[in-house]
Amino acid sequence: MASGEEDGTVEEKETNNKKRTKGAIATAWLTFYNIAMTAGWLVLAVAMVRYYLQKGTHKGLYRNIARTLKFFQTFALLEVGHCAIGIVRTSVIVTGVQVCSRIFMVWFVTNSIRQIQNEESVILFVVVWTITEITRYSFYTFNLLNHLPYFIKWARYNMFIVMYPLGVIGELLTIHASLPYVRRSGMYSLRLPNKYNVSFDYYYFLIIVMLSYIPCKHSTHNKTSTCMLPFPHWGCHVSGV
Amino acid sequence: MKHYEVEILDAKTKDKLCFLDKVEPNATIGEIKSMFHKSHPQWYPARQSIRLDPKGKSLKDEDVLQHLPVGTTATFYFRDLGAQISWVTVFLTEYAGPLLIYLMFYFRVPFIYAPKYDFTTSKHWVVHLACMCHSFHYVKRLLETLFVHRFSHGTMPLRNIFKNCTYYWGFAAWMAYYINHPLYTPPTYGEQQIRLALTVFLFCQIGNFSIHIALRNLRPPGSKTRKIPYPTKNPFTWIFLLVSCPNYTYELGSWLGFTLMTQCLPVAAFTLVGFIQMTVWAKGKHRSYLKEFRDYPTLRSPILPFIL
Repeated sequence: MASGEEDGTVEEKETNNKKRTKGAIATAWLTFYNIAMTAGWLVLAVAMVRYYLQKGTHKGLYRNIARTLKFFQTFALLEVGHCAIGIVRTSVIVTGVQVCSRIFMVWFVTNSIRQIQNEESVILFVVVWTITEITRYSFYTFNLLNHLPYFIKWARYNMFIVMYPLGVIGELLTIHASLPYVRRSGMYSLRLPNKYNVSFDYYYFLIIVMLSYIPCKHSTHNKTSTCMLPFPHWGCHVSGV
Repeated sequence: MKHYEVEILDAKTKDKLCFLDKVEPNATIGEIKSMFHKSHPQWYPARQSIRLDPKGKSLKDEDVLQHLPVGTTATFYFRDLGAQISWVTVFLTEYAGPLLIYLMFYFRVPFIYAPKYDFTTSKHWVVHLACMCHSFHYVKRLLETLFVHRFSHGTMPLRNIFKNCTYYWGFAAWMAYYINHPLYTPPTYGEQQIRLALTVFLFCQIGNFSIHIALRNLRPPGSKTRKIPYPTKNPFTWIFLLVSCPNYTYELGSWLGFTLMTQCLPVAAFTLVGFIQMTVWAKGKHRSYLKEFRDYPTLRSPILPFIL
């Protein structure tokens, strides 16, 4: 009967409508998220410039911006969620590894080992991260709004050539600087004997982390599985979002 | 008798790799693979994937030419599966490692612990018990590989042996280091805990072995048939009423027992990782049972009764 056919298409229309609403909500949320993150990292950039202009030194700069940095970098954990629920087309594992390595640097190295907070290497990687993140989040924002200025696109695909090695150097030097303090304090370490019959030496763990920058950073930051651009780049979202 | 002509093309490049004429209609894919191997000696049959469609599923060795949807000139597509290694070889290597590695730590071979402990033995009797259990477990696995298991596939990709050995050997070393350490701390609840743990461990070892025997008996020698496993007279197999892959259930139980016995976090970690992997395998097996058999018992769960 004719009504049977109509019911079929009404159902189809309902599921299509649901899909469209879900897509619209996802886009709205992602737009808000990326604007918020761009703003956050801009605030960080401004704060750093102001501090340096006022004080003339980088000493104490980290302490000054620590809370803002921790907040916005930690908030980036949401991006793993975005990949997990499928509103961003990137591998959960790749995003997870990248965000975790940032969280690790912020919370488990710089935040917890006060003696290295005035090192130049800290300023180096924080500046690199700030430039990279402002570029990245504004790129995503403009993409979502379907209006991508050429210079943002240029920045996204070219800045990394300089930013990426500088960032790695900053992070490695910071971890290296922290080693003597870690060794002396025995922090985050568990020694034998204990009732769990396990031990953990944070000092050697940090050394392993430093060594792992060679294979890990090379592979996860050079995934080209979704993007057709001919050179390696980091966390590409051109074909997603 | 009408003979077939067989041409084999590369699945990616579509190049003509081989042309066989006067092929018997009742020739199997296995026989065709052997013929292909003659013209391309570097591709032994185990590394050949022959399909009807370049992106399709691999044909089985037992498939017969005349029963396939092909004309008298059959076109097959070939994909190289890469270097292969036999399952038996992989199992023997990955199990012999933990057996030997654990013993090295147990006997405190030099360069592991401080020199004053070289070749000494632990003062805790649970450490000796743990060594016996661990060794028994891997000896059992080696013997099962040689005499009990009937493998569906002959081979697996070569890189698996490196991946698997790293996993088994790595964890074995990590566990053995702490259990046999001079500063090892025996379980908090002492003899009671160890006794319970040993009971669980032995019960599950016997259970696991019973399941392996039951599965072997499902399959006549040399065959690759698949049947639904059912409980037998052996009470340890009655768990088939509730679970599709009780071998994994018992394996989890054994390692939980060993964790309780040694009270060692690395053992707990190994148990957890193993459980996750076995659950993935159990779910896959359960799904293929459901797909293959219409009358598959509905009460069964993949690995944990009613739960998972």
